[in-house]
Amino acid sequence: MTIASTTQGICFLILSAAVVFGSLGVVLLPNIVYSAFLLGGVFLSVAGLYLMLNASFVAAAQVLVYVGAVNVLILFAIMLVNKKEAMADIPGLALRRLLSGGVCLGLFLLLLRVDLTTPWAVPGPSPIGDDATVRIGIHLFTDYLLPFELASVLLLMSMIGAIVLARRDVFSVDIVTGDDADQALIEKSRTPLLIETPPAEPTALETRR
Amino acid sequence: MMTAPESMTMLRSPLAAVSTGLDLQGSFTTAMEGFGLTPGTAHLLWLPLPMLLVLVAAVIGVLVNVWLERKISAAVQQRIGPEYAGALGVLQPLADGLKLLWKEDIIPAKADGLLFTLGPILVLIPVILSWLVIPFGQNMLISDVGIGVFLWIALSSIQPIGLLMSGYASNNKYSLLGGLRAAAQSISYEIPLALAVLAVVMMSNSLSTIDIVNQQNTAGILSWNIWRQPVGFLIFWICALAECERLPFDLPEAEEELVAGYQTEYSGMKFALFYLGSYINLVLSALLVAVLYLGGWGFPIPVEWLAGAIGQSVDAPVVQVITGSLGIVMTVLKAYLLVFIAILLRWTLPRVRIDQLLDLGWKFLLPIALVNLLVTAGLKLAFPAFFGG
Repeated sequence: MTIASTTQGICFLILSAAVVFGSLGVVLLPNIVYSAFLLGGVFLSVAGLYLMLNASFVAAAQVLVYVGAVNVLILFAIMLVNKKEAMADIPGLALRRLLSGGVCLGLFLLLLRVDLTTPWAVPGPSPIGDDATVRIGIHLFTDYLLPFELASVLLLMSMIGAIVLARRDVFSVDIVTGDDADQALIEKSRTPLLIETPPAEPTALETRR
Repeated sequence: MMTAPESMTMLRSPLAAVSTGLDLQGSFTTAMEGFGLTPGTAHLLWLPLPMLLVLVAAVIGVLVNVWLERKISAAVQQRIGPEYAGALGVLQPLADGLKLLWKEDIIPAKADGLLFTLGPILVLIPVILSWLVIPFGQNMLISDVGIGVFLWIALSSIQPIGLLMSGYASNNKYSLLGGLRAAAQSISYEIPLALAVLAVVMMSNSLSTIDIVNQQNTAGILSWNIWRQPVGFLIFWICALAECERLPFDLPEAEEELVAGYQTEYSGMKFALFYLGSYINLVLSALLVAVLYLGGWGFPIPVEWLAGAIGQSVDAPVVQVITGSLGIVMTVLKAYLLVFIAILLRWTLPRVRIDQLLDLGWKFLLPIALVNLLVTAGLKLAFPAFFGG
């Protein structure tokens, strides 16, 4: 047992515990803001696991995309619409929770069975470390080109959709009701700070000249 | 799973690299083994040393930065600035820091105590972690990780979460608005920033900061990236200022509109963490500009030529010590020149509006950065000798 392997074991235990309890917290906590922050913690722990597998590029990409973009956007959305509202009680909440808990448990058992019955090749192929960046690039532009391009088309579509939804001047009539949809920004009318004088007739000073 | 001792130590041995220059780790380990320690123990003793050194360097960098900011702003406004604490007021930042240490640490009654405490920590830690990849010489960095600058980009994207957290936890509308603005600004400017870095990476064929600097130091000042990437340099500098929330982009803490943004409710040491974080980030950004565009530790005239001119071998111990020190001095000098420009900008330019800020980021910098990337790729194909084939 060398120092390196001991450190690795400890790190693996801490990271796995963070992933497991963090994701449980994401699902079970009643406060949605806590859930969102915990989700960021779970993403970071998963990045730590990637780092332990010597996949530093994947780890950094995980942090950049999931923590830096996805989680920040989730938080952003929550905080922009964070109204304190009393939710109406849903009928049969206990039964619903029981059912969804049962479904989750079933899925977990299924995964556990797959995990236990698959003959894993231990230890796996040796990690290639920093060369992984080059390898990923080569794969993305050769045998994984089609999925890569399809994903970018999907992103483009969602981007255009978001722009159409966000722009106010696209729809002049409401699609559902057919009424005029006045989507202009409602602004408070304000008195101008400078008194706007109409171009006045020549004043006494100018006529005298 | 457990076959990766190297990723854990996070320190690739510089011995493995075929390079000239000082090898402090090698000498230290050999010296420790001379005292009868095992190689593992010697390595373990070495590990904290560069980290502590860089941490101390970062904190001293902040102190110098604060002093510079006070003195330069005073000069800009034709005042004298701090002058009683030490000669020319050099001890003033230390006094500021001590004051913050002694101040009462207040958590507002309606605030969320846990998130309120975690926020500033989450802001500071990624900034300090990013110093991992800053090189001061051929072997003088904590870790030559292969993903280099990409690590910095990824780490800097964690910061907005801390800002959002402190903005939300303060339970104050100004704080929340400041946090939201910080997140929006950070996300918007990260994209042109990453694209500008990508153009440099494309020329040096590597993400490692060491390789990027080495690729620039073939012909002294003439081969620095700033000549090959003038547009990229400007984009990077503007985006770095925006990421550091420096004026003219300090919207998240715009005092006329938002009191102090996400810092409004903070005092004492928690405020000091924000303060420290923003200044460490400024020094870090300046260092990265120096590394990516101004030749890092390189002297304007290559040291190999100078050593050859006086008839010395580059591998001679004395020459190596001089080259190493010169490298550190050059890196710090370039970085502080950029810090000086940032401070001058802060005290001479007015603040932009939030819509102007987002317009600049999305409608101007992003297309320009994309075009810059495309042109760099074309030039690399056309003139591989000059643009790194």
